Amino acid sequence: MTIESLAQAAFLVAALLFILALAGLSKHETAKAGNAYGMTGMAIALVATIVLAIDRNIEALGLILIGVAMVVGGAVGLWRARVVEMTGMPELIALLHSFVGLAAVLVGWNGYLLIEGGGDPAEIALLTSQGTLGIHHAEVFIGVFIGAVTFTGSIVAFGKLSGRMKSNPLVLPGKNALNIGALVAFVALTVWFCISPALWLLIVVTLVALALGWHLVASIGGGDMPVVVSMLNSYSGWAAAASGFLLDNDLLIVTGALVGSSGAYLSFIMCKAMNRSFISVIAGGFGIEAGPGEDKDYGDHREVTAAETAELLRNAKSVIITPGYGMAVAQAQYGVAELTRKLRENGTTVRFGIHPVAGRLPGHMNVLLAEAKVPYDIVLEMDEINDDFSDTDVVLVIGANDTVNPAAETDPGSPIAGMPVLRVWNANDVIVFKRSMASGYAGVQNPLFFNENSAMLFGDAKDRVEDIVRAL
Amino acid sequence: MIIGVLHEALAGETRVSATPGTVEKLLALGYSVVVEPGAGTASSFSDEAYVAAGATIGDAAGADIVFGINAPSAAQLDRLREGTTVVSLVSPALNPDLVADLARRRITSLAMDAVPRISRAQSLDVLSSMANIAGYRAVIEAANAFGRFFTGQVTAAGKVPPAKVLVAGVGVAGLAAIGTAGGMGAIVYATDPRPEVADQVASLGGKYLEVASGEVEISTTGYAKEMSDDYNERAAALYAAWVPDIDIIITTALIPGRSAPILITADMVASMKRGSVIVDMAAANGGNVEGTVKGEVVVTPNGVTIIGYTDLPGRLAAQASQLFGTNLVNLMKLMTPGKDGVLVIDWDDVVQRGITVARDGDITWPPPPVQVSAAPAKAAEPVIAEAAPAKPPMSSARRFTYVGIGAAILLLLVAASPAALRVHLTVFALAIVIGYYVIGNVHHALHTPLMSVTNAISGIIVVGALLQIGHGNTAITILAFVSVLLASINVFGGFAVTRRMLSMFSRS
Repeated sequence: MTIESLAQAAFLVAALLFILALAGLSKHETAKAGNAYGMTGMAIALVATIVLAIDRNIEALGLILIGVAMVVGGAVGLWRARVVEMTGMPELIALLHSFVGLAAVLVGWNGYLLIEGGGDPAEIALLTSQGTLGIHHAEVFIGVFIGAVTFTGSIVAFGKLSGRMKSNPLVLPGKNALNIGALVAFVALTVWFCISPALWLLIVVTLVALALGWHLVASIGGGDMPVVVSMLNSYSGWAAAASGFLLDNDLLIVTGALVGSSGAYLSFIMCKAMNRSFISVIAGGFGIEAGPGEDKDYGDHREVTAAETAELLRNAKSVIITPGYGMAVAQAQYGVAELTRKLRENGTTVRFGIHPVAGRLPGHMNVLLAEAKVPYDIVLEMDEINDDFSDTDVVLVIGANDTVNPAAETDPGSPIAGMPVLRVWNANDVIVFKRSMASGYAGVQNPLFFNENSAMLFGDAKDRVEDIVRAL
Repeated sequence: MIIGVLHEALAGETRVSATPGTVEKLLALGYSVVVEPGAGTASSFSDEAYVAAGATIGDAAGADIVFGINAPSAAQLDRLREGTTVVSLVSPALNPDLVADLARRRITSLAMDAVPRISRAQSLDVLSSMANIAGYRAVIEAANAFGRFFTGQVTAAGKVPPAKVLVAGVGVAGLAAIGTAGGMGAIVYATDPRPEVADQVASLGGKYLEVASGEVEISTTGYAKEMSDDYNERAAALYAAWVPDIDIIITTALIPGRSAPILITADMVASMKRGSVIVDMAAANGGNVEGTVKGEVVVTPNGVTIIGYTDLPGRLAAQASQLFGTNLVNLMKLMTPGKDGVLVIDWDDVVQRGITVARDGDITWPPPPVQVSAAPAKAAEPVIAEAAPAKPPMSSARRFTYVGIGAAILLLLVAASPAALRVHLTVFALAIVIGYYVIGNVHHALHTPLMSVTNAISGIIVVGALLQIGHGNTAITILAFVSVLLASINVFGGFAVTRRMLSMFSRS
């Protein structure tokens, strides 16, 4: 038993703990335990690695640097985690993805400097004897490429989510050709690099990947962000896995593959919720083409006041609230929670119907509602609640639009045709909280607003909800 | 332009066509409003309240637009100028003479009871808003005449069975009656020739009694039509079977422009228990019940009270005035596109065309027919099926082929790779499968915490950087230092934020 073999064993234990962590996170009851498993696994892996580094005769300076980096990084991470607003979760997660991406790029570059750059003759000899030197060239490239795409893609996603960048899709001429061109260039450069590794090739591929990541996410609009964020989550996993190959480290491979496939699966769930293929989301450009029925006369909408809504709610036996991104923007979740509490005290059944792509992050609405202390067992998923709308007195649509658009089911020509939606219109009364009659992300008018059982409550969702709470 | 609000001339009319609340909204549309003295008194709106809302008190006849609940009386019409626009109930089908008279006087008449039944016009449909009130009031009148509780109770003084209410005709009034009676605790049954109302009845807690008949009515005008003899016989058999056990019957069956159909015969009334109550909401048009007297309450020899009031909405005067007035405001919104107090009749709009029964000396009734979607569910269904073309599941042969091709490619790739890589590829492939299955049944609410935890663990890349740092090469050490820093943010930040989120989720 050597330090080396002990470390390997520790890595295996850590990998299993990570699997337990993800498994635990799939249910409320076990979620906290899952997080604890994850932390334990990470601690074991870190300690084992540092011991291993010492065993490999790390310089004293190196140890100090590790200590400094971890203390600073840890402090920044803990600080951000403590102060982040729940509405700001999407930005934080996108930013964290970008860190993994950048770290993968740096690890890849180091791999180059170490082997191809001739930094470690012993390792070069080992790889040559194993016949994996060529594989190493490819691994460097793949790791750097995925990492760089993740890095700029996440930075753009962060910019869009935090409002630092415009969220409309960027439309460059021939954007699909640009994306495919970048991929072809990557393959060509990889082959070239495997034949004759040169530093400038690595620089070029890094730049190409950075540009590709930027363009890929810039051309996707704000409403597709749940898919984008989970896609980047997946990429960050693949980036870690690629680094694992590069460094001959199974722990990184296992963890990266876990994260990569779980992110891919989440993206798949999100795409299914919008009835769109993954390719079409990545290709972007969804909201640009106007629907064919745009000049259709939908008739008049009806307005209500907060006081009338309060009256309606007071007499309702069952109420369903369907929040959307607008609730997060208006920070209305506390008011909504207060409203829920009041109505429940009044004996009204209140439930929440969450569309899988509501918000800008998978599960975004759930986190916001949980933050405002809405019990999670009344927060239901679209499929769980969709048949119950017909038995519901009042539905409050707060800042949601496309996810409650009946055109998805009734108008085959609609750009969102076939997307599963919350069937709010089956309820007796539908109150729509909206700032104006503007269309939603998909640029589609919503016939729901003109239904005879719908009424519009205009204004800032937070103010209106508070008005209702006061009126109650 | 000036809007005049008439003091209703019809005896017994308690409603008024504008309330202080609606006056404010009319003013906002750019009109000025003149209210006749005492117009709102019977609806509990004082002249002072109108003045406070911004109206003036005076003679409404000189106004450009005149509002009334009922069509102006002959005396009122004499005082109107040529070219005045009168907005009121008209019943043009039943009152051709009145329409002719209005045309002769060159008065433009907008009949609020001729609003086409399309969704867009719902906000001006006074028939619906009045029917809603009437349905409510019918139950209240019945409760008043009924000598028992509606709700069933078990008390120390014994058990009280709940009242059984039968609502015949499930229109707006019928639905309002079902809701009101149900809310008071009664067991409510309902009948209607249109089977699609069954869901609406159920939604209000009532039970729909279906007449066993092949005849299905889908109305294209939004109103009921007359049924065949066969249907009527079967319906009569249904009523005859149910009526003896019913405490309260509310009938709402009206066919526009015809006398009301008789649903409850004298024999059926005779079969009812002493103390039972019937409210015949169709009394104005002849009644659905044999023995109804228009406007009166009669008690049959076997002790059944038949209420034939025709002024049910007027018995809730303040409420009815408010809703009627709001319908008029909505009409004015529609016809005042500039919000500048100028009334414009858009002759191409089916709603405005439909309600205009006389204009510039011409009789413009009846309007060209409007096809309204009174049966949307039926028409929409096939479209729905088309709209969501479910992807056909892949056939098993095809799936097998795909899997086979994938396996073959993977096999060749792995076989060609060096031994050191093969071990890693094995680990990689298995980890992907594990990741997929572990996440496969994640609860939707935990997507965000899941992502932040995967964020944290993908910070495991720190391991690679840790091993690169401090081996003599400055460039490598610097790069590795940065990646350790970034990855540490991920590790600590990711776990901490997950912890914070998870602690917020709580059960009720």
